[in-house]
Amino acid sequence: MVKVTLWGSLRSATGGLTEVEVEAKNTGEMLKALAKKYPALDPIIEGGVSVAIDGLIYKEAWFTPIKPDSEVVLLPYMKGG
Amino acid sequence: MVTEYKEGSVGAEFNKREFKVVGTRPPRPDGVDKVTGRALFGADFTAPGMLHATVLRSPHAHARIVSIDTSGALAMDGVKAVVTSEDFVKQTSSGNQDTLDNCMARGKVFYDGHAIVAVAATSVKIANAALKLIKVEYEILPHETDVDAAMLDSAPVLHEGRKFRNIPEGNNANVSGYWEFGHGDMDEGFAKADIVIERSFKTAATHQGYIEPHATLATMGPDGRGEIWVCTQGQFMVRDLAAAFVGIEASQLRVTASEIGGGFGGKTTVYLEPVALALAKKSGRPVKMVMTREEVFRASGPTTSSSTDVKIGMTKDGRITAGQAKLRYQGGAFPNITAMLGAMTAFASYDLEAVQTQAWNVLTNRPKQAAYRAPGAPMAIYTVESVVDELCQKLGLDPLEVRLLNAAKKGTLSSYGPTFDEIGLVATLEAAKAHPHYAAPLGPNQGRGVSCGFWFNFAGNTSVSMNINEDGTVAVIEGNPDIGGSRASISMMAAEELGIPLEKVRTIVADTNAIGFNDVTDGSRVTFAVGLATIKAARAAIQNMCGRAAQIWGIDADAVDWVDGAAVPTGHNAGDFPPMSLAKIAADSAKTGGPIAGHFEVNADGAGVSFGVHLVDVEVDPETGFTEIKRYTVFQDAGKAIHPDYVEGQMQGGAVQGIGWALNEEYIYGEDGKLQNAGFLDYRIPVASDLPMIDAVILEIPNPGHPYGVRGVGETGIVPPLAAVANGVSHAAGVRMTELPMSPPRILAAIDGAK
Amino acid sequence: MSKIHVSTSINGDAVEYLCEPEETLLDVLRNRVGLTGAKEGCGSGDCGACSVALDGRLVCSCLVLAAEAEGKTVSTVEGIAEGENLHVLQQKLLDHAALQCGICTPGILIASKALLEKNPDPTETEVRYWLAGNLCRCTGYDKIIRAVMDAAAEMRGA
Repeated sequence: MVKVTLWGSLRSATGGLTEVEVEAKNTGEMLKALAKKYPALDPIIEGGVSVAIDGLIYKEAWFTPIKPDSEVVLLPYMKGG
Repeated sequence: MVTEYKEGSVGAEFNKREFKVVGTRPPRPDGVDKVTGRALFGADFTAPGMLHATVLRSPHAHARIVSIDTSGALAMDGVKAVVTSEDFVKQTSSGNQDTLDNCMARGKVFYDGHAIVAVAATSVKIANAALKLIKVEYEILPHETDVDAAMLDSAPVLHEGRKFRNIPEGNNANVSGYWEFGHGDMDEGFAKADIVIERSFKTAATHQGYIEPHATLATMGPDGRGEIWVCTQGQFMVRDLAAAFVGIEASQLRVTASEIGGGFGGKTTVYLEPVALALAKKSGRPVKMVMTREEVFRASGPTTSSSTDVKIGMTKDGRITAGQAKLRYQGGAFPNITAMLGAMTAFASYDLEAVQTQAWNVLTNRPKQAAYRAPGAPMAIYTVESVVDELCQKLGLDPLEVRLLNAAKKGTLSSYGPTFDEIGLVATLEAAKAHPHYAAPLGPNQGRGVSCGFWFNFAGNTSVSMNINEDGTVAVIEGNPDIGGSRASISMMAAEELGIPLEKVRTIVADTNAIGFNDVTDGSRVTFAVGLATIKAARAAIQNMCGRAAQIWGIDADAVDWVDGAAVPTGHNAGDFPPMSLAKIAADSAKTGGPIAGHFEVNADGAGVSFGVHLVDVEVDPETGFTEIKRYTVFQDAGKAIHPDYVEGQMQGGAVQGIGWALNEEYIYGEDGKLQNAGFLDYRIPVASDLPMIDAVILEIPNPGHPYGVRGVGETGIVPPLAAVANGVSHAAGVRMTELPMSPPRILAAIDGAK
Repeated sequence: MSKIHVSTSINGDAVEYLCEPEETLLDVLRNRVGLTGAKEGCGSGDCGACSVALDGRLVCSCLVLAAEAEGKTVSTVEGIAEGENLHVLQQKLLDHAALQCGICTPGILIASKALLEKNPDPTETEVRYWLAGNLCRCTGYDKIIRAVMDAAAEMRGA
């Protein structure tokens, strides 16, 4: 199981949780599992998110491996200037 | 100043690498073109038979378009085509539809300056005359340009019936985005504090202020194939949006980026390009469009204005126990994520047990905001750094010591979620503390301001190709417009990795058909991501060249190493051959298997975050409220400065844009919702006589995510000046300033109010 | 309205053009003569990107009518270098990395050349005030000021 930290305002999509657990070995699996477990997250994930794994931010990278003890944080899609 | 790192730290590994080219200060490859007037910018392109197009813009802040009659314009001699929103393809993505609706109003105009009709004619004069013959009937609607007022239930609704995701109950229909970040128990955190300060701040919208107005030239034949030349931060972005809006496939549109006269985020979207392409399609002629400065101000993206409440608790000895911020940003008439970025960055400099930020994006009758250098961060960090400064002042603590005590470091759970890896904030603060500037005496009416700043830095999609020419020179082909000297840095990294002199390398920014996809030049990504791809492309070419040498020598490919620009046997066991240079291998390439090249494509990650600390001394004239910047020093972590001159340039330029934001720059709207200062005379950006030298101190805390340790440096520099200057002014004037810009009348009013 | 015939000298070359009465010198340089080195940043004399010298006097070419160039000499950025040899100011801007995007560079060059012709030994403050009409959004002016001071020193033979 992978523990995923969500940004605060996603609480409304997970019944109040900002830490959830899903079965996944990489980011793609993690995002799919999240969308399945919490359908309200699906449009948000579909619209684009970033994922931080052990402090490194990935914009879109389905095959980035996640270790069971990795720190996984779901972040909004970001853009700079 | 370059710091050396202790044995065992991540820096030590990078210290050991001896760079030959990286870290030197050679002249930039595009320099001669730019000092002789030969460089071609957006408005410098022409084509045979070219038409000129101009745009009819809304005089109203908010109105329904009842009807548009273009017949008078079309009947005019010399007018060749007219387009309105009807001439574009409806988009499936709401973000793209918003961008299109901003290029050409559909049904409604949302702000003073919103484009409605474009006319292509044989001259600008005729096109402008034709605009006067267009009849638009409006139903004028009430408007709102202020962020707080637009959140009230009484405010006019911009997008009636449109639903935005994840908006909590209790917000009106103009709230298009809501985000929340943080961790820890806020009540517990504030309970631990000896002092809690709550303050509200406002910042004005500012414009990126690039000196080159938007300009483009488009052609499209009856075969449906088009070309665009344009000043942009991303030719691929222009291709994808313009093709989608006009309804052709990406492969049919080739976009070439001209030299770009500044962008700072403002050229990461489209305004004229799809319009020029649609006019070219309709007229069958090349169409050139160039914005006037007034159009740049009225209709191209400024940044957001903000209204923020901050609450921070601190113990007597300077430990921050809790931090909270509520950020309300308006970025014009369409949704955007700038408030979200503000909420993520507001407290990023601190290691906090309890932190919470909430952000609202609010729609108003102003132009669609565009990214501006570290979008969202300067105004958020301004509010937090102002309150931290006030806490230090109240408690009699040294502002740098307090920041050191609370600084985020490796292992800190960041305020926006992830745990930090190697970061340079502590080293940056220590450099500031040790600098003579911090100990220098201050004169009467002077104050010293300090602020930290932070930006994420991004990486993203990147493609680089590298051709080894037969004469031993190297062509690097990349796809990111060079705003501030990136071709120099990319050439330097190529030369470093290949082990050849810099003058053997030439880097070009290619068009959309000549190289794989690249994200726009944004997020301080180019030196990091394009540099990384260049190094990897060089490694691919090196592998190829080692293989050629191995074949010539008749040994195994893995028995060949690449040292100082030449293939060498790995050791005596591999064979006894003199080094075979890149030039020699290249010269024989036709006989050993053909042309040699390397390429690399990646959606890069690993961009290291970057921190900066700014020190400023200001003098406030108590009679006039005028602020003079007396001394300014920037400290910033560059990871590894590839070309230190251009790293300093980013730090200095960012600082000065921030100074402008703090002291002068402001979008001023009248009661009628019209922009009142759409020109450089009334929207005053800093000029040379406003400023002292800007001292730049580069720190190098290598980024583990890049082969040379590079971090992006472009954006962080604009983040600290707002609070640094505000803190300096607050000390000098003896009153806490909570609204930007701190123009003389505002400072005078604050001084009078405090009496 | 009929066009005006103008005979002038641009960067030492005799040039003739026809222009509209309301056309600016900047528009004619860029659109009729083909010299795109001078840039339009504002069209209102606020940014200095269009700076040229008219009979040796520094002007914003966006505020000069093209017809006014009759019988005068116009100097633009394209005329500063001599053949393959860069002018000291051009070389110093490169040496000091005093440009990032380069859009203001032509104006900065023309303006600082005009300054050094009047005042070969300016103070930093004098350089800053002279160049206050040339906006640069990239550099914060630091490296530009250093480059101009260094060029002045070299031109004085210091």
